[in-house]
Amino acid sequence: MKKPNLYRVIGTLSAVLILAFVVTKSQRSVRAAPPPEGGIAGTVKLEGTAPHQRPIDMSKEPACAAVHKANPVTTENVVAGADGGLKNVVVYISEGWSGSPEAATSTPTWDQKGCQYIPHVMGLDVNQHFKVTNSDPTSHNIHPMPKPGGPNHEWNKSQPSGAPPIDAVWGSEEVAIHVKCNIHPWMSGYMVVVKGPYGVSDDSGSFKIENVPPGNYTLTAWQETLGTQTQKITLAAGKPSTASFTFKAK
Amino acid sequence: MHDVSAHAAHHTPPQGFLRKYVFSVDHKVIGKQYYGLGLLAVMIGMALSWLMRIHLVWPNFAIPGLQWLSSAGAPGGVITPEYYLQLMTMHGTLMVFFVLTNVPFAGFGNFFLPIQIGAEDMAFPRFNMMSFWVTFVGFCVLVAAFFVGDGPPLSGWTAYAPLSALPGTGPGQAMGQTLWAISIAVFCIGQLLGSLNFITTTLDLRTKGMTLMRMPLCTWAWFITSCIGLLAFAVLLPACILLILDRVAGTSFFVPSNLVVSDQLVNHSGGSPLLWQHLFWFFGHPEVYIAILPAAGIVSHILVNSYRRPLLSHKAIIYCMMGIGFLSYMVWGHHMFLSGMNPFSALVFSFPTLVITIPATILVLIWIGSLYGSNLQINSASLFALGFISMFVSGGVSGFFLAQPAIDVYLHGTYFVVGHFHMVMGVAAIFGMFAGTYFWAPKMFGRMMNETLGKIHFWGTFVGTYCIFMPFHYLGLVGNVRRYSAFVDDYLAPLMPVHRFITIAALATGAVQLIFVYNLAYSRFKGKPAPENPWQGTSLEWATSSPPPWDNFGGKLPVVYHDPYQYGIEGSSGDYVMQNSPEQIQTAREDKKLI
Amino acid sequence: MGKLVAVTLILIAIGSAIPILAHIWVPPADISTHGYQIDEQMSDTMVEAGICFLAAQIILAVFIWMFSDRKPGTKINAFPGGAKGLVIGAFLLVGTEVLALGFFGTKAWATIYFTPPAADAMSIQVQAGQFAFYFRYPGPDGKFGPLHPEKINEANQNIFGLDVDNDPASKDDIVTAEMGVPVNKEVRLLMHAKDVGHSFYVRELRIQQDFVPGLDLQLHFTATKVGRYEIVCTQLCGLGHYNMKAYLNVMSQPDYDAWIKQQATMQ
Repeated sequence: MKKPNLYRVIGTLSAVLILAFVVTKSQRSVRAAPPPEGGIAGTVKLEGTAPHQRPIDMSKEPACAAVHKANPVTTENVVAGADGGLKNVVVYISEGWSGSPEAATSTPTWDQKGCQYIPHVMGLDVNQHFKVTNSDPTSHNIHPMPKPGGPNHEWNKSQPSGAPPIDAVWGSEEVAIHVKCNIHPWMSGYMVVVKGPYGVSDDSGSFKIENVPPGNYTLTAWQETLGTQTQKITLAAGKPSTASFTFKAK
Repeated sequence: MHDVSAHAAHHTPPQGFLRKYVFSVDHKVIGKQYYGLGLLAVMIGMALSWLMRIHLVWPNFAIPGLQWLSSAGAPGGVITPEYYLQLMTMHGTLMVFFVLTNVPFAGFGNFFLPIQIGAEDMAFPRFNMMSFWVTFVGFCVLVAAFFVGDGPPLSGWTAYAPLSALPGTGPGQAMGQTLWAISIAVFCIGQLLGSLNFITTTLDLRTKGMTLMRMPLCTWAWFITSCIGLLAFAVLLPACILLILDRVAGTSFFVPSNLVVSDQLVNHSGGSPLLWQHLFWFFGHPEVYIAILPAAGIVSHILVNSYRRPLLSHKAIIYCMMGIGFLSYMVWGHHMFLSGMNPFSALVFSFPTLVITIPATILVLIWIGSLYGSNLQINSASLFALGFISMFVSGGVSGFFLAQPAIDVYLHGTYFVVGHFHMVMGVAAIFGMFAGTYFWAPKMFGRMMNETLGKIHFWGTFVGTYCIFMPFHYLGLVGNVRRYSAFVDDYLAPLMPVHRFITIAALATGAVQLIFVYNLAYSRFKGKPAPENPWQGTSLEWATSSPPPWDNFGGKLPVVYHDPYQYGIEGSSGDYVMQNSPEQIQTAREDKKLI
Repeated sequence: MGKLVAVTLILIAIGSAIPILAHIWVPPADISTHGYQIDEQMSDTMVEAGICFLAAQIILAVFIWMFSDRKPGTKINAFPGGAKGLVIGAFLLVGTEVLALGFFGTKAWATIYFTPPAADAMSIQVQAGQFAFYFRYPGPDGKFGPLHPEKINEANQNIFGLDVDNDPASKDDIVTAEMGVPVNKEVRLLMHAKDVGHSFYVRELRIQQDFVPGLDLQLHFTATKVGRYEIVCTQLCGLGHYNMKAYLNVMSQPDYDAWIKQQATMQ
């Protein structure tokens, strides 16, 4: 028997390794297309016509009334796009999440602009810090009203124009905490405090929940007037998941 | 009325630091304690007013250090709208209760009433000590409100329900408001004890020869004030208790049904906010006379001494003070013209309010008329006493407007009202206190105050307070609403220059007060030793040493032979005759030709 | 020093009077039918108060000038007539003056409170709540639907707590954030408070009235001049008190009709 040529062996092995490397890498870049690995995506739709949203007259605050002169604003309890996409729905994992509450690294901002809360609905993790800012020329007062007697405490703070951001945090889950401004009674928003990852639907009703390890979960979708809906979902390793919800207009 | 004196409870001279200076039953020490408490309260109250005025004209100004008092109320040192109202509430409460009721009445009254009637002490010395310490506890409870939860209440010193009865109506309305109500209730108890003491002492402990008509005018003022106070505080105390019950015990004295606060239906029914207003103002109006009458009495007492001639009519002053005291109970509804009570009652309350002008005018006319032909002596005390007359007139004439319901329709709730009550209470009554201090410091502390500093203090305060408070009336005429933490309405923007002028005047006048505090503190320890009678006065406080011994007269109570205020006497060994002087001189009062 | 006090006092008295005499800070022009009575009452009172103020301060100043720093040994005198003249003078002059003011002032008060509005006055309901005023018009049926406080939901703009689905009278009610009224038309204002005490104040209309929780109160007025005016809250109601206001728009009848029609579409 002839002795194996060492150089030929190394060359073949390298070629195989390089081929494997290339193939694996291209596979990964294929998976990078949305939805991301370990994520849940979907849409929330509204079936039926959205209830009439009333126009808001801000004349008692001329600075804000002027901002909306060209585009009048309305109440935002049910915001649906032309194709039925439902905005401001918070989708979160209500069962099956066993990881420690996600160490949320971002500090979202709750802004007061044009005498409205931007965003109207904000998702938060327990113990995730958020910042309240006032971008208006008038003073606002932020008054979150968690459940009376519950673990989260009500607070009520004024924030004059140009004041530094207020840093705040919620210590317990609560779906959801209504926020209002006493000075401008039409201002209304919600903070949804959950454990684990969450997503909030946008103008087209699409939402994304990232960083979900494989497993079986129950997803809950919450809308401020239409209530909640649940769905069971199984997330397999390496495979993205989708979930969609449909709310019926009351 | 008999003039045989009963004896105050005999007590031996106090031993030990605590008994001498802290838990003392000696009315002189208690009087000084009240004065000291009032001084502390007025400095806090004045500082609060600076914060308020600065915020109104420079809303984004960061007050260095304020964030450590309240991180929620003043983040970064910038005052929030609620904190402004909280500071305002504490300013009013401290000033009306702990300064204006404490100093001219409890402070000077405690020190001088027994001496001026020739007694060793008050009728109930231990009650007296208790009344001070109860008041002190009330003060501590009130100040504690700065440091709890959301901070002090924001409902004003008037604490109208349901704002004050429902914890959810704003920051500070939970723990802070409850502490406020407790503090005021405790204060009422202290005042009731004090009033009982004053009345009993005046009626029972006058020395031989001291008939009621021979009492000095300030004594009369303290006596009348304590009668008013007994009835007034007796109504405020239950009102505060009912308020506390509404807040913590689920009762609904002041809260009706169907209210919605913070998006929730309030669980109360059957109460009336107007009931709180009636109870509060039934106390509140006599309270403002409790604030001014002692000052008026003190000023009368000092003016006579400065004029070196008796007032045109001693009796008229007494009867006018009595008349004002009596009428003060009939006018409380003038605070409620627009409150929704029966509009006919507005006319009923307006009538005695207008009639009160008459005795008040008589007082002013007698003060000014007695100045005619007198030999006016100018010193710090008399300067402030004369300033009182000017301020009393200025504050009083704005009352003409507010007493008429139709005019009140326009002026209610504006700076016109704020100008009115600050002129009478915040300036005139304070002038009375300053006059009393300069006049009586030699007697109280045995040392003279510095006259030059006193005169500088007068000039700065006299001109300064006019600069601060006269413009309030102009703002009110334009309709500038009060109790606003910021002026954002369209019609208020052009008034900002006036507000800036006021703020600068307030800060400057406040700075001048530091001269007074320095003078008081320095003189207390380093002033020239005072003689027994530095102002050649005639009343009994000048018939004993400066300061008086522990039992006021060294064991031998004086006997009174003359009316007070025997000044301008022909043929006497000076231009005055002391009350206890046995000189059988035809005195001015008894000589019908002079009066 | 006495002379310096006297001069200062006179300067202060005259200085205080100058802004009044020069009409620098005055109430805004009256746009109501009853306001002229209040304005007359205020002028009369200003004259009397002004005379009393100036007389007292100036005489006090003059006396301080005359009788301070006197040579030692100067004889003291009494005011001519003594106390008697002053007391009687006070009673007569001041007494008559204040009672006259009070008596003649009742007319203005009676016009506001004792005169009921005309039967065809238009009704507008106003609700005061922390920290805004909202208004309700009865709509074509002329009837206000019942209020259900438990249904109040500001986020949904159900300010008054109406139950439009079950109360037919509420269906055509028009809720607005500004108060529109036609000029020269009497308005009957029906006032109630949602939470704590508030007050309704329009300077130009010369009206002011508290809102008392638990009470339904009424006010009536007629606005005589077209324009945009501020309604401000004058009863301390909480942290937003300074920013509690609404606009009153007094319009011509055609403008008002167009406005109310447009508001009806925004319900």
